[in-house]
Amino acid sequence: MSGNAPDASGLGHAERDFSKVDKRRLIAALARVLPPASLLHDPEDLRPYECDGMAALRQLPLVVALPETEAEVADILRICAEQAVPVVARGAGTGLSGGAQPHRFGLVLSLARFKKILQIDAHARRAVVQPGVRNLAISEAAAPYGLYYAPDPSSQIACTIGGNVAENSGGVHCLKYGLTLHNLLKVRGVTMAGDVLEFGSLALDAPGYDLLPLVTGSEGMLAVVTEVTVKLTPRPQLARCVLAAFDDVVKAGDAVAAIIAAGIIPAGLEMMDQPATAAVEEFVHAGYPLDAQAILLCEADGTPEEVAEEIARVRALLEASGATEVRVSSDEAERMRFWAGRKAAFPAAGRISPDYYCMDGTIPRKRLGEMLQAIQAMERKYAMRCINVFHAGDGNLHPLILFDANRPGDQHTAEAFGAEILELSVALGGTITGEHGVGIEKINQMCSQFATPEILAFHRVKAAFDPAGLLNPGKAIPTLNRCAEYGRERMGSTRPPAHPDLPRF
Amino acid sequence: MNDLIDAWRERVCTAAAAGGSIAIRGGGTKAFYGRTVVGEPLDTRACRGIVNYEPSELVVTVRAGTPLAELEALLAEHGQMLAFEPPRFAPGGTVGGCVAAGLAGPRRAAVGGVRDFVLGLRMMDGRGDLLRFGGEVMKNVAGYDVSRAMAGSLGTLGLIVVVSLKVLPRPPAEASLSFELDEATALHRLNAWGGQPLPISASVWRDGVLTLRLSGAVAAVDAALRGLGGERLPSAPADALWAGLRDHTDAFFAGDLPLWRLSVPGDALAVALPGTQLVEWGGAQRWLRSTAPAADIRARTAALGGHATLFRHGDRSGDVFHPLPAPMRALQRNLKHAFDPAGVFSPGRLYEGL
Repeated sequence: MSGNAPDASGLGHAERDFSKVDKRRLIAALARVLPPASLLHDPEDLRPYECDGMAALRQLPLVVALPETEAEVADILRICAEQAVPVVARGAGTGLSGGAQPHRFGLVLSLARFKKILQIDAHARRAVVQPGVRNLAISEAAAPYGLYYAPDPSSQIACTIGGNVAENSGGVHCLKYGLTLHNLLKVRGVTMAGDVLEFGSLALDAPGYDLLPLVTGSEGMLAVVTEVTVKLTPRPQLARCVLAAFDDVVKAGDAVAAIIAAGIIPAGLEMMDQPATAAVEEFVHAGYPLDAQAILLCEADGTPEEVAEEIARVRALLEASGATEVRVSSDEAERMRFWAGRKAAFPAAGRISPDYYCMDGTIPRKRLGEMLQAIQAMERKYAMRCINVFHAGDGNLHPLILFDANRPGDQHTAEAFGAEILELSVALGGTITGEHGVGIEKINQMCSQFATPEILAFHRVKAAFDPAGLLNPGKAIPTLNRCAEYGRERMGSTRPPAHPDLPRF
Repeated sequence: MNDLIDAWRERVCTAAAAGGSIAIRGGGTKAFYGRTVVGEPLDTRACRGIVNYEPSELVVTVRAGTPLAELEALLAEHGQMLAFEPPRFAPGGTVGGCVAAGLAGPRRAAVGGVRDFVLGLRMMDGRGDLLRFGGEVMKNVAGYDVSRAMAGSLGTLGLIVVVSLKVLPRPPAEASLSFELDEATALHRLNAWGGQPLPISASVWRDGVLTLRLSGAVAAVDAALRGLGGERLPSAPADALWAGLRDHTDAFFAGDLPLWRLSVPGDALAVALPGTQLVEWGGAQRWLRSTAPAADIRARTAALGGHATLFRHGDRSGDVFHPLPAPMRALQRNLKHAFDPAGVFSPGRLYEGL
């Protein structure tokens, strides 16, 4: 392929060396723009920031800054640009891929004090919020107007909207209501140069290149988000859930395809395999059929008339697809009970196994049966169990590999198992991450999904925003050197997420 | 197809080396849009055909030169559609052109725009490298979302070769209603209705009449018809109305008076500029036929929180799109340079220097 020679600058080849950062000089400069309470540098104070939801990767930063205004954010970024200090932006630290892991020679820029809801405009159906506002808090503030913020990542009680923008977070209702990107109007952010920019607008588009999709999901690598304007959605009058049991996972997969092919876009469409069902049933007693090889949950929402029509069609399709049992929630309590099991899948895994490793690949729905069979073969190959829960409607899989980190070799085996699932996701026409992000966790698998020209293009996109490569270096986009090494050596340990109390699904 | 790609690569690399430029062109149905383009035309239409279509996956993957009409006919056979209703302006438009122009029709406010339905694409950059971003799945956060940023880039970042689009089922029921309302009342109602779970899929206001299109489940459309009142339009004239707005065959768009597209917050007040006006997208898109000075139109639109595009006719050599603030202009130039360092692709179509 022509034109494929490396840039003369060597862009994207090797990690930049930041070991020359002068901590004292950095603190002195920051102290001129921040009050003492906004600047942490004693190791004891830094400890809470040493990891995000991926708790095995721990690293203290040099400094943590807790600005309260956009002007302070810009000052901090200018200082770090001047002194060539890496900057890692951080919201609630619930991310599962290590995207907010501190840089050893860097600054953590916590947006925790940006927690004001600046405006709920019910008439215009939009909310203007600071990045540290929790996802669920937006819906709570909008509730009196019959509105809500649609994307609902499972950690929504804790995760912040700034983090959602950084990860382009999903949830269980994406198929019908879209990802974070589809529910944003405008993101305001500061570049490493200290420039304040607006991506998107209050209108439905903005002039020039559409940079909102580039910034959304960019894992804190392009700009630091300081304000987010989201769309609010009218809350549906009613939601009902159908639970169907199947004696064969392939039949359940076919039922998913049949529902979509019939022109139905359910509000949620989730699948669990038999081991996952057994694990959660023991935990939450949702009343799931334990003999089923797979269960499907399908939710309809809308007006009562609409929901009745859709439920009737879904029930007929499920029965025609060979469901051994179909139940429809009769009231809100029963609907919540159907969901309780699905939403308890991650803690249930934590209950039956000392450790688990959650994967996040997405595949075309039609390859689901193939993937499940391959995972069963991998369970035998690695002598390790894996329970499977899926956002079946959009093909996003969360296989949970069960292991015991205290048993020698288990950690390594779980990583190898996980890597094989991710690589198979790519081979089946999918992706290594549907909603958890690449971070540091899946950076090697990026080399499987993308070839050199694309990796270089990503580095050039980053350089367009951040020429010195100071925002979250070493995350999300691998260097070409790393890709060359990948396969010869594995990265360090990966352990299951922190925040065991948070729901994850 | 490989021969074609090789030929394109050679053209791109030759132009890049010689300081030349290439104007990417599909059916030429949107040649009026954007600034006057310089460069040797590169016709994408030899790169055609459906690569993959599985209705139950809600995804279609298509070569860029495929006629849009061919894709839409295929989707219709399977009861599906491009939900963003790309305008067709004239016969012969291509899928690549549809994505590069990034224009959406009447359903935009209800379902999203072109970029919301782009799942992935293959493109050739200004170095002649073939790049693949995104894929054929709904959820994919690996790498920057370059494929969606290509929507609306007017062929200035690269040459789209293949694109994967999310498709949606056609709604089982559709009905249109009209109301006699002045502009302010119509804008207020549109926003109030937007806050309720109503199946409104399109809206238009002009000359004191607001018309809504409802789309969705039979029960939902029936319930909304009962609740909203208004006068129901027979389906043939209703279909003709929405098609005329989508494709600009409606009489409003005839003639060669400058046509401005004002993209504003849906709740923005009346534009109150001289000329004739047509309001779409629940208030978020205001079309204006006017000879008022561009500066006045841009200033008023910006004051309302939006941006103004000289969509058709008028002077195509100056700024056609709304001028960008300096830091944003610099960033966009950086991005152009990242993909097309020699400035080969459709230079100047979007802005001078892009």
